[in-house]
Amino acid sequence: MTSKRKHFDEMLLDSDGMRGPYAEYGRWFEQQDPARLIQKSQEAEAFFRRTGITFNVYGEDAAQERLIPFDLIPRIIANREWVKLSKGIEQRVRAINAFLHDIYHRQEILRAGIVPVDLIARNEAYLPQMIGVTPPGGIYTHIVGTDIVRTGENEFFVLEDNARTPSGVSYMLENRETMLQMFPELFSQIKVQPVSDYPKNLRRSLAHCAPAHCEGKPTVAILTPGIHNSAYFEHSFLADQMGVELVEGHDLRVVDGHIAMRTTQGYEVIDVLYRRVDDDYLDPLNFNPDSMLGVPGIMDVYRAGNITIANAPGTGISDDKAIYSYMPDIIEFYTGEKAILKNVETYRCSEPDSLKYVLDNLSDLVVKEVHGSGGYGMLVGPAANKKELADFADKLRARPNNYIAQPTLSLSTVPIFADKGLAPRHVDLRPFALMSPKGMDITAGGLTRVALKDGSLVVNSSQGGGTKDTWVLED
Amino acid sequence: MLGKTAGGLYWMFRFLERSENTARLIEAGFRIALTRSSDPASEWKSVVTTAGVRVGYDAKYDSYTAAHVVDFLLRDLENQSSVMSCIDKARTNARMVRTALTTEVWEAVNESWMALRDVLKQPVKDTELPSVLGEIRRHTALVRGAMHGTMLRNDAFDFTQIGIALERADNTARIIDVKYFTLLPSASFVGSALDNVQWETILRSVSAHRSFRWLNTDDMSPAKIAEFLILDSRFPRSLSFCSRIIEQNLGFIAKDYDQKMPCHDLIERQRDKMRQHTIGTIFEDGLHAFITDFIHDTTVIGRQIEQDYRFIG
Repeated sequence: MTSKRKHFDEMLLDSDGMRGPYAEYGRWFEQQDPARLIQKSQEAEAFFRRTGITFNVYGEDAAQERLIPFDLIPRIIANREWVKLSKGIEQRVRAINAFLHDIYHRQEILRAGIVPVDLIARNEAYLPQMIGVTPPGGIYTHIVGTDIVRTGENEFFVLEDNARTPSGVSYMLENRETMLQMFPELFSQIKVQPVSDYPKNLRRSLAHCAPAHCEGKPTVAILTPGIHNSAYFEHSFLADQMGVELVEGHDLRVVDGHIAMRTTQGYEVIDVLYRRVDDDYLDPLNFNPDSMLGVPGIMDVYRAGNITIANAPGTGISDDKAIYSYMPDIIEFYTGEKAILKNVETYRCSEPDSLKYVLDNLSDLVVKEVHGSGGYGMLVGPAANKKELADFADKLRARPNNYIAQPTLSLSTVPIFADKGLAPRHVDLRPFALMSPKGMDITAGGLTRVALKDGSLVVNSSQGGGTKDTWVLED
Repeated sequence: MLGKTAGGLYWMFRFLERSENTARLIEAGFRIALTRSSDPASEWKSVVTTAGVRVGYDAKYDSYTAAHVVDFLLRDLENQSSVMSCIDKARTNARMVRTALTTEVWEAVNESWMALRDVLKQPVKDTELPSVLGEIRRHTALVRGAMHGTMLRNDAFDFTQIGIALERADNTARIIDVKYFTLLPSASFVGSALDNVQWETILRSVSAHRSFRWLNTDDMSPAKIAEFLILDSRFPRSLSFCSRIIEQNLGFIAKDYDQKMPCHDLIERQRDKMRQHTIGTIFEDGLHAFITDFIHDTTVIGRQIEQDYRFIG
């Protein structure tokens, strides 16, 4: 959407000058020769290509590998802002974990009438195979990537809770690495909290979640759908950084009640599997029988408590867009506290009053599919023409349960480095939280995605979004 | 190490080696086709035969011309052994085993792929052929150099060495197989201009024309050339050298894993066979039969390694 509304810019003040967190960076930036920055920017792109930091785009030629454009202006967050954000994320992730345990066990929240029974029972993401199953350590959500947007100085909203297999963390790490290589002097001048411990922390956090009877150092592996998956680079990158094997379904089988990987010296047992394969493809014997990506029988091994699967199967029920609207109540129910981070106001099209409101105000709203992701299948009302609006209204009437709607937020902007200097672009933020029985670890910062097209609100990499390095300043 | 990873490393380096060998075959073919004394069509035909892609070529083209053969061997993605196909597959395997490679090796293979993909986008003109072939050789050398300079000497490295040596052995053997008749000590040809060109071509297609001359200043006889290609212990593309590398690296793995596998028996048997022979006995028993036998043994050893180390499930 293109809007002439004034958006909150995180860097530039309306009057000349920069906001607090950017003050030091701004002084450095003003001394830079734009020609040198352009050259640095090209170097960064060459570096990404050479190292193969690419992603595949579904529906395009299989050989097509694209770069996610990297913008060299960092997105800077003050420490006090981060403290609040991370508290909010921790609260939310703990609530989601408690929610998952509850709905697969006693279902107190349904009995209390806080979440409608139908929303769970009729939801494809709710896995009957998980009923009564308690994952090792009681952890469902080992890795969560909470999407956060900002609309003002102190206005942060959670847009989505990605509790299945959130991706993007490799870009958080590589973006920092690139900035360190390009502008080492910046990091000696400005105290930025490091992100590079993430792979180590991930491995440790996963190891803490190993099955109780696992002796010695747990064997961790990453399960990837393979080299044609859009996030394959990330899977191999993480395996490399964590020092664990990267396996595919055909490397694994059930051996004596455990999951084992085929090595050059025979089968070796895996204790913790960080899977980047969706629930549906995880086990052809228990889920989609046509899946070639999973391991036949892994769910039986899981239910017997002989392997940790991260994230647990069935977590999708918690980041469903229909459940999202109940999140403030869910948080209060399990933590007894008000949600620290706000939800975006959400209209459930399944409710007749809301559907009417949505249809009457379609051109002002963003409408999303309940199960959609990646920015596909959504309508951005203010950017749509009459025909698109009419077509979408038909879809809404035909399958109202399939949609939710939200007001179009005035997302904050951070400038990108464009040909003609700084140009404001909309951003979001995906911090990554790791959860284990020993505690929560949230890497300071996260992945900032930026809509590179002027005025666009869609930051997804599959739709022309880019990324920025994200700095959280030391206190 | 995952069986898949061992297989990926092995195939990645086999394909890289194959792309280099194909480039060298083209280079040698190009030279001989330029000489007046030769019959270009039959030379190109033997290049295609040596590359092991006769069936695919004949299905696509009716005649053996430089333009068609070069294009088929360099760029054609329908040809599984074309340089571009090999580089593609080497990179795909490299992506698959990314975690077993150092950054340097991965970047070298990824850069090779990017550079050669650009160079081979359009058909290569005659005038550009030498520089394109040179670029292919440079890139494969770069990957090999990165590997030698940065990789741990562990099982991963051993599998890459086995892949390279097997591919090399197979390549040298196939060159001899196709040109064996020019190496037979048949009196009528000896010393003719034609023979000299043919022998030169054979040596060039294994990058040995200079080293051979170094070692044999005046004796350019077919027996000497055959001996060099088959039995020389210093020449890195001779059959016995490659066989020794395979044996050595399989030995490292056996020691590392503290376990001998059926492939070890096979490679020892091949070694013993090679040891029993001199170039004299090879000619007595029949050069062609010896080479056919060697190619067969090598293929069987390759398959046994894949099975013993669980490359596929």
